[in-house]
Amino acid sequence: MSSLVIHDLHVSIGDKPIVKGLSLTVNSGEVHAIMGPNGTGKSTLAKVIAGHPDYTVTGGDVLLDGRSVLEQEADERARAGLFLAFQYPSEIPGVSIANFLRAAVQARLPEGEEIDASAYYKRLYAKMDLLKIDRKFTSRSVNEGFSGGEKKRCEILQMAMLEPKMAVMDETDSGLDIDALRIVSEGVNALRGPGLGVLMITHYQRLLSYIVPDFVHVMYDGRIVKSGDKSLALELETRGYDWVKQELAALPA
Amino acid sequence: MTATTASPAPTVGAFTRAAFEAHLATLPPLPDWWLARKRAAFERFATLPLPVRTDEAWRFSNVAGLTLDGFAPPAPARAVPFASIGISKAARLIFANGRLFSREILAPDLGRRGVVVDTLQNALREHGDVVREHLLAQPARLGSGKFSALHEAFLVDGAFIHVPRGVEVELPIGIFSFALGDRAAVFPHTLVVADEGARVTVIDYFGSQDDSERQLAVGANDLYAGHGARITYVGKQDWSHQALALQSNSTVVRRDASVQSLNLHLGARQARHESHSQLQAPGANSEMLSLTVARDDQEFDQRTLQIHQAPNTRSDLLYKNALLQKARTIFSGLIVVDPDAQKTDAYQSNRNLMLSDEAEANSLPGLEIQANDVRCTHGATTSRIDPEQEFYLQTRGIPKRAADELLTFGFFEEVLNRLSQDDLHAALRALIQNNFSGEKATR
Repeated sequence: MSSLVIHDLHVSIGDKPIVKGLSLTVNSGEVHAIMGPNGTGKSTLAKVIAGHPDYTVTGGDVLLDGRSVLEQEADERARAGLFLAFQYPSEIPGVSIANFLRAAVQARLPEGEEIDASAYYKRLYAKMDLLKIDRKFTSRSVNEGFSGGEKKRCEILQMAMLEPKMAVMDETDSGLDIDALRIVSEGVNALRGPGLGVLMITHYQRLLSYIVPDFVHVMYDGRIVKSGDKSLALELETRGYDWVKQELAALPA
Repeated sequence: MTATTASPAPTVGAFTRAAFEAHLATLPPLPDWWLARKRAAFERFATLPLPVRTDEAWRFSNVAGLTLDGFAPPAPARAVPFASIGISKAARLIFANGRLFSREILAPDLGRRGVVVDTLQNALREHGDVVREHLLAQPARLGSGKFSALHEAFLVDGAFIHVPRGVEVELPIGIFSFALGDRAAVFPHTLVVADEGARVTVIDYFGSQDDSERQLAVGANDLYAGHGARITYVGKQDWSHQALALQSNSTVVRRDASVQSLNLHLGARQARHESHSQLQAPGANSEMLSLTVARDDQEFDQRTLQIHQAPNTRSDLLYKNALLQKARTIFSGLIVVDPDAQKTDAYQSNRNLMLSDEAEANSLPGLEIQANDVRCTHGATTSRIDPEQEFYLQTRGIPKRAADELLTFGFFEEVLNRLSQDDLHAALRALIQNNFSGEKATR
């Protein structure tokens, strides 16, 4: 049983506060969705959890299984069990998916222990079959020249291989047509289970009809302003975000 | 030209007239023409000054590091480092301290097909005309005249590969040249002649036993691709990290022939590599590739010349350097297109990846075009590791150092992918990997 606890988190880029006191707990087996209008700090939250060096945490904490990750480099966090599925995954020319994932798996082995290459490929091919990815994919350079759907499927393949405890998925639905969205969602659903907690960040409700969340949170101006179950997502879909803003404005300061 | 300042006195360092005579005394009887050429070369060497900082051909080079003092002809070697790169070969020649250590013909039909893989000393006796026509027959045009003369004067032995008309040697031929012992001076040479329609791949490996040994290596290679011939040449320079190394390559490409050369530069304290390609007849094609891992205080100084002497010729140069710590690289390239070399395609690209803020990459691309219907491009770029790519790899659990290594391999892959032989690709990759992880690779 794992937990990702975000406690009163404050984040700035330079002098500009972006996340302003956000708290949230994700447990293993749960799927949480964070929705919100553009520019409210959703992607910043994802990158900060993963350890991007450009952001400064000015207050609060992020804990994985009770241990703060804020002092850890991005790679240490990943090895501790965090995973970020990128909205815009980087293209890495000249590095094949097979070699890239091999390096990531190797990094999780104890010092001095060499990866078992045949076992690695067996596992890789099994995961690719599960996600219905062509095996020829492995020799292509990471994300280079990939379509939007291929990039996102590549992210899910990495998640499947690295078996994180907690996955943060940043706008996984962006840039996908409906077929790609279904394939990617099937992949995520195949990985859902008691050993994985998921924090999905999305602008649209559309994704949530494929990956049905246990909890839905509305993020606005760097904070979570409303939480509920999946019906909240549907309400947002029909009513938009303005009513949330109006509700907030009506509250006493 | 009149010198306005006093020229520096010619320096010979350890390579005095007495040393030259002593060197000649160790050689078997030489053909008259070769002895005369060696003597003339020594005179040139003794007369030419060492390069100075103001020489355009040595711009940005550490000319103070070009010392010839304190070296000696090395003693014959009793053993050599394990010489294998994990690739099946048709033949293997191993030289230690300039002399033949072993010669193995592994593909039994080579001799029957008329392929000669032998020492230059034997070839001077048995194939004198071919050697005379090709050995060091092209002038050094890139500034190393003094060192080319030193090489010719003190050359002891080297490799001679002759592939006759229409013969294809399927497996590569491996040449290993080792410098063993502190203060050793070596002068490796590889001469490859591919006659009409012949095909051959040559792997030229240069290495030392120990990275702390101060050595001097002044080498050269001559590649001749006759009508329709194809030569693939892979040079792997992995000398001691205290060595001063100067290597001069001359490639001559005839009608419809093609030469692909890839030089991997890993070793030496200071390494100068000069590469000349002459496209002499229509349809000639030269692909000049290079990969360098420059680390610590190493300096790699690369000068190239692509000379188009006939119409419808092609040359394509891609040199990539990865720089770590306080390393320096210099790339200076020139494409020359003669007036009647119309329809020339010439490309020249130097790309530097900086893995350290203290490293320094210098790039001097150049064109000299006298024909009017040509396609020539040249360019140089210097970039750093992309922080977003690095972050992406780190979020997969890959530590920063390993991530940078992976990104560097990705950067090199474009060059390695030009090789059509997969096993060669893999072997080079492994060699670079060993270099990266700090292991000494004498394989």
